[in-house]
Amino acid sequence: MSLEQRTGSSRQQSLRPGRLAAWAVLIVLIALTLFPFYWILRTALSTNASLFTGDVGLLPPDATLVNFRRVLGLASPEEIAAAGGAGVTFDFWLYLRNSLIVSTLITIGQVTFCAMAAYAFARLRFPGRDALFYLFLSALMIPPVFILIPNFLFLNSLGLLDTFAAVVAPFIFMTPFTVFFLRQFFLGINTQVEEAAKLDGAGHVQLFTRIVVPIMAAPLSTAAILTFILSWNEYMWPLVVGQDPSVRVLTVALSLFRAGSPQAAPDWTGLMTATFLAAVPIIVLFLVLGRRVVDGIQFSGVK
Amino acid sequence: MRNEASAPAAAPAAAPAAAPSRQQYGLWYQVKHSDMSVAMMFLLPSLLGFVLFYLWPALRGIWLSFTEFNLLRQTSTFIGLGNYQAMAADPLFWHSMRVTLLYVVINITIQTILALAIAVMMDRLTQSVVIRGIMVLPWLIPQVVVGLLWLWMLDPSLGIVNEFLQAIGIPAQPFLGSPDQVVPALAGINIWRHTGYTALLLFAGLQTIPGDLYEAAGVDGASEWNMFWRITMPLLRPVLALVLVITVVGSFQVFDVVHVATGGFGGTPGGPANASLVIYLYIFRQAFNFNNFGYAAAMATVLFLLLVGVAFIQMKLLRGSQSDLA
Repeated sequence: MSLEQRTGSSRQQSLRPGRLAAWAVLIVLIALTLFPFYWILRTALSTNASLFTGDVGLLPPDATLVNFRRVLGLASPEEIAAAGGAGVTFDFWLYLRNSLIVSTLITIGQVTFCAMAAYAFARLRFPGRDALFYLFLSALMIPPVFILIPNFLFLNSLGLLDTFAAVVAPFIFMTPFTVFFLRQFFLGINTQVEEAAKLDGAGHVQLFTRIVVPIMAAPLSTAAILTFILSWNEYMWPLVVGQDPSVRVLTVALSLFRAGSPQAAPDWTGLMTATFLAAVPIIVLFLVLGRRVVDGIQFSGVK
Repeated sequence: MRNEASAPAAAPAAAPAAAPSRQQYGLWYQVKHSDMSVAMMFLLPSLLGFVLFYLWPALRGIWLSFTEFNLLRQTSTFIGLGNYQAMAADPLFWHSMRVTLLYVVINITIQTILALAIAVMMDRLTQSVVIRGIMVLPWLIPQVVVGLLWLWMLDPSLGIVNEFLQAIGIPAQPFLGSPDQVVPALAGINIWRHTGYTALLLFAGLQTIPGDLYEAAGVDGASEWNMFWRITMPLLRPVLALVLVITVVGSFQVFDVVHVATGGFGGTPGGPANASLVIYLYIFRQAFNFNNFGYAAAMATVLFLLLVGVAFIQMKLLRGSQSDLA
């Protein structure tokens, strides 16, 4: 709905300066939001030596792809030595693979199981349904750190530390939010098609797989994107149970890269290149599916 | 857009309500004539996850807080209120609570005002999904990325922020390296990260306010300022209350950015000199650096109760569950 529709054009005329000022503020805020993304990329394209020259022009003084080659494992040992990457190795492809495995497993499991639960809560009738739903929902209030310790001790006692099973375990079955999010959508869709299929003798499993899931494709994919992004960004849990390189995800790897860097001459350009690359999958996902993400977040707020 | 977002809001009314006559029958009759077996099948995986990774650890966390846990022998010894007494006498616990509170106050005050301004501007100026997308982008990328990004931009000697300050005649600041500046700096980082997200939630709330209210007020000659206080604020209040509860409770739980951006290279997160030791970090340190799992569980329990209390008081004060729109 535009302002014209809301307030009428006569008022709009008198508001011109105010609107212009508001636009100016908004544009400054957008610039402030985007600048760090640009700066991280600029640093990734610089040499470590040039950072000390005080040249802060918009383009790096001697633009280079050497940092990307270094982080992606394509650079020769001489190049690495010349670039000043003080001995910290960063096995980007391995950590990328780990992040992809973890986020994909969590997304598939969580969305499937939460959709099933949401269907049961929205469509089926059984005693204790609402009580169970509110019990699920109350878990939204639990601070992650509170269950972090018992969950760590649990997986430790099972001998599962430093396995993919441990890294995905608390998220792959459900999160209260995803159940809640999908249930709201299930309640919102028309039941006519389902009723008709029921009369034709379809069971609940058929109803769910043949009718409800296709109708719900849009919200299910929104839930999948949000779940993927949140699991990609997860840090505290994998830090506790998955530091071993074989299961180390990108967030943990970046943090350990920083922790291992020398105080005297940190490899800023290498660190910023790795940091930039860790955000790239999210940014790409967002460029392709941004509208869905924005709508999903707005929806979660209204409810 | 507007319809998409608000359509499910009206949905719960359409929920299949249990037939009242059922109440008269016994439980067995209800079970037999309900979808119990199908429901169990649909609920089994999520129920398993809920019990194993939410319900059971929550109960075990409370139990752990009354024990001393030995990681090697996997045994816990009941010590009653020992951990809670130790907590009351632990100056670092109180220090970390003060640090967290300072962070929350700076972060929430600035973030909420800024987000409200952005939401109103977007609502009055543009429906562009691109602008909303840009605004929410910092919230979508990993917090670890955000922390490292600002660690670099705020670097005392090479950071671009100091280059900029010096260019306009302000001396370079230590930011994350100074005990006095580290908490405001962390709050600033989070304001950059979270304001757009908060603005988006508030924007969604603004979209539910009927446009003809503004139209009528405009006809009566109300100023934009008056409309904000007389129409926008009262009608946005329930959404604002919910958003404040979410952001305040979330803000108390700051961890990722502090863990990667403080203490410098090779230093201990929470530095310099524990100046940024937020409560999450202190709990984390006690558990995973010192293996004091019982003590950490006790602090986590107190934090849990505190957050429930904070959320409850906020909802009461802001009357968040009632709407003025009806």
